[in-house]
Amino acid sequence: MSGADGTLAGAARLPGAGIPPRVPGRNMARRRTTDRVMRALLGIAAVIAAVPLVLVLLYVLVQGLPALNLALLTQAPVPAGFPGGGVAPAVVGTLIMVGLGTLIGTPIAVLAGIYVREYAGGRGATLIRFLVDVLAGVPTIAIGLFAYGLVVVPMGSFSALAGAVALAVIIIPIVARITDEMLGLVPGSVREAAYALGIPPWKTIVRVVLPAASGGIVTGILLGVARIAGETAPLIFTALGNDRVSTALGEPMDALPLRIWVYASGPYDSWHAQAWAASLVLVFLVLAFSLLTRLALRRRGAART
Amino acid sequence: MTAQVGAVRAELGRHRPRFGEPAFRGLVVLASLTVLAIIAGLVVVIATTSMAGIAHNGIGFLWGTTWDPVHSVFGALPFIYGTLLTSITALILSMLIGVGVALFLVELAPSWLAGPLGFMIEMLAAIPSVVYGLWGIFVLAPWLRDYVEVPLHDTLGWLPFFSGYPIGIGNLAAVVVLTIMVLPTVAAVSRDVVSAVPGSQREAALALGATRWETIRMGVLPYARSGILGAGILGLARGVGETMAVTMVIGNSPTISLSFLAQGYTMASVIANEFTEATTNLYRSSLIEIGLLLLVVTLVINAAARLLVWRVAYTASSRSLAA
Repeated sequence: MSGADGTLAGAARLPGAGIPPRVPGRNMARRRTTDRVMRALLGIAAVIAAVPLVLVLLYVLVQGLPALNLALLTQAPVPAGFPGGGVAPAVVGTLIMVGLGTLIGTPIAVLAGIYVREYAGGRGATLIRFLVDVLAGVPTIAIGLFAYGLVVVPMGSFSALAGAVALAVIIIPIVARITDEMLGLVPGSVREAAYALGIPPWKTIVRVVLPAASGGIVTGILLGVARIAGETAPLIFTALGNDRVSTALGEPMDALPLRIWVYASGPYDSWHAQAWAASLVLVFLVLAFSLLTRLALRRRGAART
Repeated sequence: MTAQVGAVRAELGRHRPRFGEPAFRGLVVLASLTVLAIIAGLVVVIATTSMAGIAHNGIGFLWGTTWDPVHSVFGALPFIYGTLLTSITALILSMLIGVGVALFLVELAPSWLAGPLGFMIEMLAAIPSVVYGLWGIFVLAPWLRDYVEVPLHDTLGWLPFFSGYPIGIGNLAAVVVLTIMVLPTVAAVSRDVVSAVPGSQREAALALGATRWETIRMGVLPYARSGILGAGILGLARGVGETMAVTMVIGNSPTISLSFLAQGYTMASVIANEFTEATTNLYRSSLIEIGLLLLVVTLVINAAARLLVWRVAYTASSRSLAA
């Protein structure tokens, strides 16, 4: 504005004005090189992150497949070191405890999700969401200790029920969060349409909003099931493990992850082979569940869980 | 006319919520209170079951270095040290990789690659801990021993970090397994945070002639900094609480050693490993006392991380709305 002279005078007072300008070409080349190197490093980080998944899946498949047969799933373990036998008690136990844990945890989770999205005001919703997130971050081994003190100590024995309670606590934050998100995807106009017909809020939620969100909630529950099916730590001092097929809720029960841990830590080759095979079963179940549910959730418009 | 209005009023009155609404409301409030009760119950139940241990061990529990159940001497420092050593080292490694992955996914990768790659990293979180442990024992540990620990020991064995015998099972294996398990948490949260950085930040940097990396360094990273810090803290909580895989590869020895080749123990793994062998009530409640410590630490870490991530996500979304 003050003309060419003024600008020059101003520039002369700036720090570094006396230094001859850098050769633009060399500076640009340096910046381009840095850019290329950093982009390559970020790409390498992505490759490094993907490698373990491929390696673990590959080994589980290669090591597990030879030992996988019908006897593994239908027979009880034989005495240590002998060939043959299977992990039937673990298969049955996982089905029972995961099923029971889901039955206990899911209603609480869905109702809490409904409260957060449909009833709570800003502050209440924030508080419960925060608590749900914090609960999701509690180490599962601490949840196992909780179930031990809550169920095992009063009952006087390790039990499948205690294991199911621990698994229920683990599934609650997973399902509550997804219910919350899925209800949020139901357009407000749907609720308004129901209100316009004179339908009270609770009936609107139960009969209109929940059915609209049910697909997403169900996939969320399956995701939770996949997660708790793989849990070991909370079962160690609740369900304990069992060499025989047991369906009694008041007695110790086996579970696939527990059995894998015991067999992997033991000294026998036959145990190791069965641990790999049991892992294959577990990983296949868990990945199939996660894969299907995540694909379904993605189609539903929720970017992440 | 008035009769019709009256009839409609009567009809509406008949359907006016009398019981359903408060009952349903009560139900959902009760469920939410259950979540609150579980968190409170976690602390209360674990604290009461560890009372005998707390009374016997006193405050010295926190810095006692001897763990001798036979003579009822319980010091938790080896486990606290092992947990800190493994989870902080693993956190640093997974932050380097995880933030890199997040930046690659959001800023660089074409969408045909970003989708499947992000999916693979999410799947990394879906594999059960015990399977990582199995893989750690039979695949990772022998490989680390032959190709990492032996060379390290031969060349840098004079450093305290690489002294001892390279046997595979030990702190290094635990760190590697933990890094893999913490990575999905760090990568996923970082990706969310980086995605939340408004596009105008990048456009401004690009308009000034910045390269892609300079855009990331000057436009994206400063904006996402506290969110990425939150991702790191969440990852730390995950690492501190991780049990099975670490238990299976760390060697389970209550010693305090600087060496990554040495065997160690963590708070979570001592509980998992010794609980069913704990013969006396005091031994058992001392183990639960370690669990109480673990719980309190992770609750604090988690709460701090959530608040941090929330604040960033909140300010980012409100800013982009304002823009």
